[in-house]
Parts: sequence; structure tokens; C-alpha cells
Amino acid sequence: MAVSMQVDIVSAEGSLFSGKAEMLFAQAADGEVGIMPHHTQFISSLKPGQVRVVSGDEEDFFYVNSGIIEVQPSVVTILADTAIRAEDLDQAAAEEAKRRAEEAMDQAKSDTDIARAQVELAEAVAQIQTITKLRDRLHKTGLA
Amino acid sequence: MAGGSKEIRAKIASVTNTKKITKAMEMVAASKMRKAQARMEATKPYVEKVKRVISHVAGAHPEYKHPYTQERDSVKRVGLVVISSDRGLCGGLNSNLFRKILPMLKQWQEAKVEVELALVGNKAKSFFRSYGGNVVATVSDLGDTPHIEDLVGTVKVLLDKFDAGDIDEIYIASNEFVNTMAQTPTVQKMVPLEAEAEAETHWDYLYEPDAKTALDLLMRRYIESLVFGAVVENAACEQGARMMAMKNATDNAGQMINDLKLAYNKARQAAITQELSEIVAGSSAV
Repeated sequence: MAVSMQVDIVSAEGSLFSGKAEMLFAQAADGEVGIMPHHTQFISSLKPGQVRVVSGDEEDFFYVNSGIIEVQPSVVTILADTAIRAEDLDQAAAEEAKRRAEEAMDQAKSDTDIARAQVELAEAVAQIQTITKLRDRLHKTGLA
Repeated sequence: MAGGSKEIRAKIASVTNTKKITKAMEMVAASKMRKAQARMEATKPYVEKVKRVISHVAGAHPEYKHPYTQERDSVKRVGLVVISSDRGLCGGLNSNLFRKILPMLKQWQEAKVEVELALVGNKAKSFFRSYGGNVVATVSDLGDTPHIEDLVGTVKVLLDKFDAGDIDEIYIASNEFVNTMAQTPTVQKMVPLEAEAEAETHWDYLYEPDAKTALDLLMRRYIESLVFGAVVENAACEQGARMMAMKNATDNAGQMINDLKLAYNKARQAAITQELSEIVAGSSAV
């Protein structure tokens, strides 16, 4: 069996994933990171985007709005502010959020409005990306 | 005498209605408590995981020591987060908590330490409105399913003050859920974090984007999750206490109905006896 590490994904309102994995991908502050067992200690904030957990043939997708990732050689912890399993993401809702954010950007007057709209837009785009990737995978594996 | 028994009958009817209401409230509280308990269990993994990360950080040999882990030399002002319920009819839940806080407030007053209060829930708000105190933040009407977003602002007020050096310690007062029958009021220190025994290690994290930003975020999330956990736990306590209070009220109403029924029957029998003796007296007089 391949070397594995413990992965825990939790949000304030519940635990989303707890189990062994061989690799994990997440959107850290300075770009996407891929973590394998025996990684050096690492701590970073998370950007809105998907977290992918690979264990054997299985892959789990999660969508994280923001949060913290902490890596220890044998344990990875993701403290998500809000996290959803990618299967639960609603494409229509995400598109709608993106449209709203773009609209808000057009109309935005003050700097704070623009900043808020940019955050919303980034979140919506990340959600849509997660959905699209998930859909591609499902097509490849013939599940959809 | 007949008038007396009629009054008693009316009273029995009204107590029976009250009993029905308290019984219904007891059952509602019982079902809400189960849900609140489930939510309380759901928040535990997050708090546990944040604690695990913090203990890792404490074990590391970081280039940057976060202010939330540093004890301050002199404590001139403290912050106190008080978590209460929004609604009453839950026995002594809130008053027990306030009774626990008052001696601490007195102690601080004697030590010339100023206290700034952040209040969660309507009951704390109205209590400190009459008691007095320096209230800097309040939040209430969180409903049965509190969300962490609702609390972030209140926590931020105190943390910002701590960062600015306006307050030196932050405490949290809330009820601890022991079981459905028992809730214990507790007061704990949140900031600065109790320093853990530091084993000599020589590793440090890789930080993104940098140590200060990453650790700041972590500490804030930790404090927020502590407050959120306390609020969710308090909600479970509230339902538990309400269930017990309503159960007692129902039992008392039952007892009262029995007493009233006894009085009613006595009055009825006395009336019959009196009537009989009047008839007998009347017939013998003829």
C-alpha cells in the first residue's frame, strides 16, 4: 500500500472529510499546492477554490471559500470558513452569483464596494471551475 | 357553598389549560434540544482541529510570536464575553450565570481593573442594562441555529481592542452542557492563550504569504470558533433548562389540580350534607 497521511477537512458547522489520503491539492495564498505524505511543516491561508483529496483510485472534491491549511508530515488539517462537497455545488447558483458580482462591479462606486464585488466574483469563478472540472471527470469516467 | 364549588371548577379548568401549555412547551424544548445537541457535536471537530494546529504551532520554533500567546505584565482592562439566551422560561440558566459573574466583576472592581462587556443574547443585554457596566458590543436574536457569521463582529470588537492594547485579557462566560438535566456556568480565559509546556524543537513552518498573516488568521479563527462553540453549547443548555423548567411546571400543575379536585369534592359533599340536614330538620319541624 502506498504511503498515506491523515486528512481532516472541517468547517465551523461540521466535519466534511476525515480519512487517509495519498495526495491533496489546495489553493494556498501564493498559488496551488500539492501535498504528499512527509511534506515539511507548512501553514497558509486558503483562497476560494477547490480542494482535491486523492486516495487510491478515489478522488474527493471540496469547495472552500477561505480558510487555513496546516501541514504536518503525517497530518493535513484544513480549517474551512465555509466548505461544501463539490457534488453539492449548484451550477446555476454559482453562475447567478457570478453575474451578480459582475453587475455589482459595474455599478460599484466606493473602493469597499469594488473590493467586495471582487471577492464575490473570485468565489463564483472558483465555484464554477470546480463544477466544470468535476463534470469533465465524470464524462471521462462515463458516469454522466 | 354552591358558589364556592363553581369557583373551584373554573380554577381547575384554568390550571388544566396551563398544564397543557407547559406540557407542549416541554415537548417542543425536548425536540429542539436534540437538534441543538447534534449541532453542538458538529462544531466540536472544528474546535478540536484548531486546537491541534495551535498546539503544533506552540511546539514549533516560530520566528514570530503571536501577541495572543504573550502574557501582559500588568492587566488594567479586561474584556468579558457573556453568553446568554434570547428568551426566558428556562429556569435559572441565565441567573445562575450572572450570579457566577458578579463576584468576578466585584473582584476586578476592587483591583481597579476596568471591564468591557460583549454580550450575546437578550437576557444578558437586559441584565446589564439594569446592573450597569461598560458594554462595548452586543448581538442577539440568533435564533435556534446560530451562525458563526453573526458573532464575528462582536468578537472582532474585543480582539481589535486587544490588538490596540486597550484590553489585556479576554474572558468568556457561558453555560457548559453537562447533560440534559444539568448545566454549569463557567468563566474561562480566552486571550492570552494558556501557554503550553514547550518542548525544545528546532523546526518551523513554511508560511504563505508570511508568518504574521497566517498566524493572525489562525488565532482569529480559533477565538471565533471558541465563542461560536460556546454559543451553540449555550443554545443546547437553554433547551435543556427549558425542558426541565416546563417539566417541573407540568408536575406542579398536576399536583395543584389534584389538590383543587379534593377541595372541590369536599365542598360538594359539604353542600349535600347541608342540604340533607336542612330537609331532615324541615320535615321534623312539620
